[in-house]
Amino acid sequence: MPMITIELNGEPYALEAGTPVARLLTMLKLKPNRVAVEINQAVVAKAEYERTIINQGDHVEVINFVGGG
Amino acid sequence: MHDDKFELGGRVFRSRLIVGTGKYRDFNETRAAVEASGAEIVTVAVRRVNISDRNRENLLDYLDPQHYMILPNTAGCYTAEEAIRTARLARETGVSDFVKLEVIGDQQTLFPDVPATIDAARVLVREGFKVMPYITDDPVTCLRLAELGCVAVMPLAAPIGSGLGIRNPYNLRIILEQMQNMKVPVVVDAGVGTASDAAMAMELGCDAVLMNTAIAGAREPIAMAHAMRMAVEAGRIAYLAGRIERKLYATASSPLSGLIE
Repeated sequence: MPMITIELNGEPYALEAGTPVARLLTMLKLKPNRVAVEINQAVVAKAEYERTIINQGDHVEVINFVGGG
Repeated sequence: MHDDKFELGGRVFRSRLIVGTGKYRDFNETRAAVEASGAEIVTVAVRRVNISDRNRENLLDYLDPQHYMILPNTAGCYTAEEAIRTARLARETGVSDFVKLEVIGDQQTLFPDVPATIDAARVLVREGFKVMPYITDDPVTCLRLAELGCVAVMPLAAPIGSGLGIRNPYNLRIILEQMQNMKVPVVVDAGVGTASDAAMAMELGCDAVLMNTAIAGAREPIAMAHAMRMAVEAGRIAYLAGRIERKLYATASSPLSGLIE
């Protein structure tokens, strides 16, 4: 598989072309029920994680909850 | 008084203390303080996952979302758009459709940007969020936010993290009267310094108090969490019991008749 470069949480990140969001989370060892994902400023619904393919140049944000007031 | 319940956005709580989870040494201390506070609602912040950090510990592994109502905040947002984006992400975690809406207007005071908060609240309410806005202790602003359909209004007692206590109890009393008519809960958010501040908020008739620094920044956070729990309970019961009038002169507590002569 050819590699693509995306921006993940503000940093360049390389992954295989055709990777869906679900596989990215697995690679990052993140539980889907602990995070939320945005691609190019649009929230990706959890039900779409398997179907949503990450494309070259996408800006991907993966967030979780941290301590806060 | 035993069946006194706190209703918020269609849910019912026993505790009237909402606690933040910031500024603790580690997740164990966070959990211990939350437990000592008796809180059922905890606020959290939404931040990027640290990709390079191999330690995948998550705050929610310490605060079970089945047990606590997780209240994500939009802290650090300076525009309505940023706050809306943050709230949408928070909801997609699947943990909560409540949001503590914070749109900050000024870095030094951390006072809210009132027009931007109202704009963001309008959009989020329309999208089905249960919006709890952190806001200035201004009665008209609280009125507008309640009219928009926010599930609570959260006027500040004093600047975030300042510990100055309730700076304007008279404004709070006006807000309380108006919100009681509209059946919208009032949560004092930010500025509490110690137990008496929390008790005072509850004695005024506030529905709940939200705090973070007052507990996390105390020398003994877990002991302070316990103190806050008792202060909120005491203040609430005192409010329900109905305090005596303030009078300028003394009134004797002992009978005036039957004195020995």
